[in-house]
Amino acid sequence: MIDKKWIGHELTPSVMTIDRSRLQFFARAIGETDPVYTDVAAAQAAGYADLPVPPTFLFGAELDSGASDRLVADLGIPFANLLHGEQRFTYRHPACAGDTVTVRSRITDVYDKKGGALEFVVKSSNATNQSGVLLAEMKTVLVYRH
Amino acid sequence: MNLPAFNTVHVGDELPPLQLSPVDRTTLALFGGASGDHNAIHLDIDAARRAGLPDVFAQGMLGMAWLGRFLTGWAPQRQLRQFDVRFQGITHLGNALRCNGRVVDKFDHDGEQCVRIELRCENQFGQIKIVGEAIVALS
Repeated sequence: MIDKKWIGHELTPSVMTIDRSRLQFFARAIGETDPVYTDVAAAQAAGYADLPVPPTFLFGAELDSGASDRLVADLGIPFANLLHGEQRFTYRHPACAGDTVTVRSRITDVYDKKGGALEFVVKSSNATNQSGVLLAEMKTVLVYRH
Repeated sequence: MNLPAFNTVHVGDELPPLQLSPVDRTTLALFGGASGDHNAIHLDIDAARRAGLPDVFAQGMLGMAWLGRFLTGWAPQRQLRQFDVRFQGITHLGNALRCNGRVVDKFDHDGEQCVRIELRCENQFGQIKIVGEAIVALS
């Protein structure tokens, strides 16, 4: 069983510098053809300072930094038994290429269902930019399937 | 891109669906690199087999990224207020996902006129892979 002591645990903050080429790569990987996501002139014409960060991109900050892997290792969940159950983003301010984004997360709940056959870990995150402006809040539910 | 007008959008309206190509290994590799998800279970059949699985399978966040594309294809991203999904099933190689959305509510939220969109992502066999909802401001 995942110890309830993890509730309140704070992950090491993850700092991600958003660069254009990574956003262009992301757009290509998901088949995004709207030029707003790949062409700086189109993004600026649409009112963005630079290429906008697409809706789910900031989830990657803790993948890049290794914080997500460390959390899974700390919790003792084998990767083969780990599922991503739910994901939420609440958007507060646009993020663009050129921003430096910091994601701070903590574990806000640990619970189980089906007599412990399924365990759930809830991670709540804030993403802020280099000026301290809140960009987005995220909530992730990880599922440990025994 | 034009913003749909609040008064022309009605509860029950379906958004134009987004049909994706069948998931292949190249897509998984590209998305792994682009998204930062380097978990070999999605990239390397040997790693998948060591984990007791027959083959690699799609990253959950790939499906969510496609749903994001679906939403921002309907309304500019700056209008998106909330985006919430539950992953219901594994997306296997060869699955061709289709993103659907339906307007289920119109309401005022923090002084903005918003719509709530129910989201559903299913494969060619009608198996639901992701469900969720989004809140989009139309004012």
